[in-house]
Amino acid sequence: MTIDWTAFTPWSALAGGAMIGLASALLLLLNGRIAGISGILGGLISRTPGETGWRAAFAVGLLIGPALWALFHALPPIRIEAGYPMLVAAGLLVGIGTRYGSGCTSGHGVCGLSRLSPRSLAATLIFMAGGFATVYVVRHLLGV
Amino acid sequence: MNKSILSAFAAGLIFGLGLLVSGMANPEKVLAFLDLFGNWDPSLALVMVGAIGVGLPFFYFAKGRDVTVLGKQIQMPSRRDIDRPLVVGSLLFGIGWGLAGFCPGPAVVATGAGEIKAIVFTIAMLAGMGLFALVNRPGAARAAS
Repeated sequence: MTIDWTAFTPWSALAGGAMIGLASALLLLLNGRIAGISGILGGLISRTPGETGWRAAFAVGLLIGPALWALFHALPPIRIEAGYPMLVAAGLLVGIGTRYGSGCTSGHGVCGLSRLSPRSLAATLIFMAGGFATVYVVRHLLGV
Repeated sequence: MNKSILSAFAAGLIFGLGLLVSGMANPEKVLAFLDLFGNWDPSLALVMVGAIGVGLPFFYFAKGRDVTVLGKQIQMPSRRDIDRPLVVGSLLFGIGWGLAGFCPGPAVVATGAGEIKAIVFTIAMLAGMGLFALVNRPGAARAAS
């Protein structure tokens, strides 16, 4: 392992993280709900009565963030290397996995760890390990 | 407009802007973070530090309460068990995350930025969620576990 210090962006990472924490706190203290993106999107699909309005509003907020940003400033780079078959496979895995595992980086990672949940800690360690292992296999064993 | 709809919208907006500021919305950056055994970019660990650092006191504050200032019931997840769906689901999610560099939030944000590849990923992700809902709908035969 070598650390790529030239790519290291500690301040923007901390600032963006603080905004994510603030948004999660807002949703909890005003709406009483956990800001788990997979739960919000999955909930929109299965349509729980009385829970659709706030979920749709949150998803619309996420979706129009970039357009609002672009009014004032050029968008930061979004580089997607994966090809289309890989994107479809990855999307299916993320969709099924986050619903089966009851959460993703936001619900388990940010909110779960913020409320010191052992269940979310386990989920976070497992999906991080899965991500590390997958990139290791793809980049260093298969050499893609 | 209903106050709770407006607050959920604001939370989603700030969340999405945070993903853009942090670099999480860029799969190239995410994969550089997940490339622990290569040329590792540790930045995204600090996204978690920032998010949890801010979130922790508010979640602690909410723990002792039942309703929000808008009169909404506070729904805290109560489960503490680490069962098979949690383990298998999280593992599948981690593999998908490592393949494309997208988790759900950033995929929606990059879709909002108009990235065609992000739109394809997001449609596949929603299809996966729909498939899961279909298999797990009340009355459907449950897979043996």
